[in-house]
Amino acid sequence: MKWMKNLKTYTPPAFTVIRDDYRCIRCKACVEQCSFDATFYDEEENRVWNWDANCVSCNRCAAICPTEAITIEKRDYSYRRNYSWESHIDSLKKRAIFGGTPVVSMGNDKPYKIYWDHILLNASQVTNPSIDPLREPMELKTFLGKKPHNIEIGDDALKTILSPQLEIDIPIMFAAMSYGALSYNVVEALGRAAREMGTFYNSGEGGLNKDHYKFKGNIIVQVASGRFGVHKPYLDVGSAIEIKIGQGAKPGIGGHLPGEKVTETISETRMMPQGSDAISPAPHHDVYSIEDLRQLIYALKEATEYTKPVIVKIAAVHNVAAIASGVARAGADILCIDGFKGGTGASPQVIRDNVGLPIEFALAVVDERLRNEGIRQDVSIVASGGIRNSMDAVKAIALGADAVYIGTAALLAIGCTMCQQCHTGKCAWGITTQDPHLSKRVNPDIASERLINLLKVWALEIKETMGAMGINSIESLRGNRLNLRGIDLTDREMEILGILPAGE
Amino acid sequence: MKIVKINEDNCIYCHLCEVACVVEHSQSKDIIKAFKREEKPTARCGVEFNYPLSLSVMCRHCDDAPCMEACQNGAMHRDDRGYVVVNEDKCVGCWMCVMACPYGVIKRDTRRDVWGLSTKCDSCPDRDVPACVEACPNNALMFEEI
Ligand code: SF4
Ligand code: SF4
Ligand code: SF4
Ligand code: SF4
Repeated sequence: MKWMKNLKTYTPPAFTVIRDDYRCIRCKACVEQCSFDATFYDEEENRVWNWDANCVSCNRCAAICPTEAITIEKRDYSYRRNYSWESHIDSLKKRAIFGGTPVVSMGNDKPYKIYWDHILLNASQVTNPSIDPLREPMELKTFLGKKPHNIEIGDDALKTILSPQLEIDIPIMFAAMSYGALSYNVVEALGRAAREMGTFYNSGEGGLNKDHYKFKGNIIVQVASGRFGVHKPYLDVGSAIEIKIGQGAKPGIGGHLPGEKVTETISETRMMPQGSDAISPAPHHDVYSIEDLRQLIYALKEATEYTKPVIVKIAAVHNVAAIASGVARAGADILCIDGFKGGTGASPQVIRDNVGLPIEFALAVVDERLRNEGIRQDVSIVASGGIRNSMDAVKAIALGADAVYIGTAALLAIGCTMCQQCHTGKCAWGITTQDPHLSKRVNPDIASERLINLLKVWALEIKETMGAMGINSIESLRGNRLNLRGIDLTDREMEILGILPAGE
Repeated sequence: MKIVKINEDNCIYCHLCEVACVVEHSQSKDIIKAFKREEKPTARCGVEFNYPLSLSVMCRHCDDAPCMEACQNGAMHRDDRGYVVVNEDKCVGCWMCVMACPYGVIKRDTRRDVWGLSTKCDSCPDRDVPACVEACPNNALMFEEI
C-alpha cells in the first residue's frame, strides 16, 4: 500500500495540485521536476497524479509544464471559521503528532505592517528642477567604512590617514548566504553578478569553496559563532570581514545546516565531518560583552593588518540603538542591521515569526542614536532584511542607511518561489540544495545574467527617483528624511521613523 | 555549419527537448493534437539519465557519418545544408544505420505509414533554431557553429 493516508499523522494538505486532463500530454516533466515526492505517473492507468500532502507549492511543476496544465491552489480551511484559532489548529496538531517544534525557512511571513509601504517619496516641482538620469550624470558610488571626524591637508596632500573603505558602484550588496545553504552554482552566480556590477557578495558563515577564491575583490567573508571554514587565506580573500552576531530571521538563535546538506565538498569547505549537522552556537562563546566584541574586531583587524573594514551584523531587536552604539564604539567600521523580515535557511518557526523588529524602525532609531551621540561617521550602516524592491532601498537610504543587503530578492531573481523549504535540502529550483541532480537546475550563466539585470534595473529606478527629487548623488539622499512622508501611520510611529506625515 | 551542442552540466532531465521535437515533426505542430490526436512522431533526441547526470543526445551530423556508410540504399544522405538526413522513400528499414551509429540516435519510426523505417534528427529544416534548443529551459542545448 503505497499511498494511503493515516489518521494518526494526518493534518489536511495545505495545497491541491489541479491538472487539466485535456491539456496534459503525459510528458511527465512535472513528475521528474517535483523533488518533494508529490507528483507521480502510473503506467497502468496512464495517469499523472498528486499526493497533495507532500506538495509545498513550490510551483516548479506548473512552471515546467509545457501545456500549462497545472494550477496549484491553496486549500481553504474546511474547519469552522474561527478567527482566533483557525491558523493555529494544524500547527498545534503537528507539534502534538510529531513531538517537535517546526523548522521553517525564508523570512517571517506573518501579516505585520510593512512600513516601507506607508512611506511616500518626494519629487521636485518648479522651485528646484528635477534631473533626467538618462541625460545627466547621476552618482550611486558609495564608500562604506569609518569616516574621519575632520581632515587635515598639508603640502597639497591629505594628511589624515583614512580607514579602509569598501567601494561599491551601487548601494546594493548580496547578503550573507552560506555555501551549504546555497548550492555551488548559486554562489557562482552571485559572485559573477557582484563582479560585473562592482559590488560584493557575502560568503555567509560556511567558508568559501576554493573555486570561489577567484572572486577576490568582490567578496565579503563572514565569521560567525561556528567559525566554519575560517582561516588566514579565507580572511585574506575578503574585501571586508563580517562578524555575524545575529540574523533578523532568528535573533538570538545560532545557525543550523542539516546534515543532509553537509556533502563532501561542504564538509571540506566548512572543515567539519560529512553528514553531521553544522550547528553554530547562539552566541559567540568569546563574545559576552561589547569589550569582548572589541577584542574580536581587533583580532580580525590585526590578522589582516588593518587593511579591511570589519562589519558587525546584528539582528534588529528592541534595544538595537544602544547595541549599535556599543558596536560602533567597539571599533566596527560598518554596522549591518538585519530586520525581522530577513530570510533564513532554517529557523524554528516560533522565533522567525515572533522575534525582532521591522528594519524600518531599527534603522531609523540607530541612525538617530548615532547622530545624537556624534558617532554616526564612525560606522557605515547597511540595512537588510526585507528589501523587496528598489524603492525600499531608496527609502532605507533616506532613513539613514549607507547601503542595503539583498538576499531573498536575489534568490527570487534566479527562480525561488518562496515555498519555505530551504531547510529540507530539496529545493526544486536548485537553489538551496546540495543534491547535484537538483542543483543543476540553476545554470550560473542564466542566473548571473538575471542578477545583473535586476541590479541594473534597480540602479536605474533609484536614479529615476533621485532625479525626480532633484538629487544627483546618493550622498544627498542619505539620511534625507525630509524627502519622506508617512501615510496611514500613527504620530508615534512617525516620530520613531523621524518623518513628517503626508501633507505636512 | 551549426549543430546542437550538448552541455550535460545544465541538463535538468525535463524531457522538454523531446516534447518539442515531437511537436515539430507532427502534422499539426500543435502540442495537444500532436500528443493526443495524431499518430505521435518519435522524438529524435533522447534524454539519457544516470544520477546525477542527464543529457539529451541527438544526431551529431558527423563528418564521416558511419550511418551513411552503412546505408545500402542511399537513403541516409547529406542534404544541401550539410546535415545527415534520411530519405524515407528510399529507406527499406534494414536498420544498418541504427547498428552503425556510435551515438545510438537513429530510431525506428512507429507511425503506421512509415513503420519500421529509420528516423533521426533532421536539424529542423523549417526553423532557424531547432525546436529542442528553443524548448530547453536551462541552455543545456545550444545551436552553435562547430
Ligand atoms: S508537465 Fe504538464 S503535460 Fe507534462 S505530464 Fe505534467 S501536467 Fe502533463
Ligand atoms: S513540484 Fe512543487 S508545487 Fe508541484 S507538486 Fe511538487 S511540491 Fe507541489
Ligand atoms: S534539431 Fe530538430 S530534429 Fe534534431 S533533435 Fe532537435 S528538434 Fe529534433
Ligand atoms: S530540454 Fe534541455 S534540460 Fe530538458 S532534458 Fe532536454 S536537454 Fe535536458
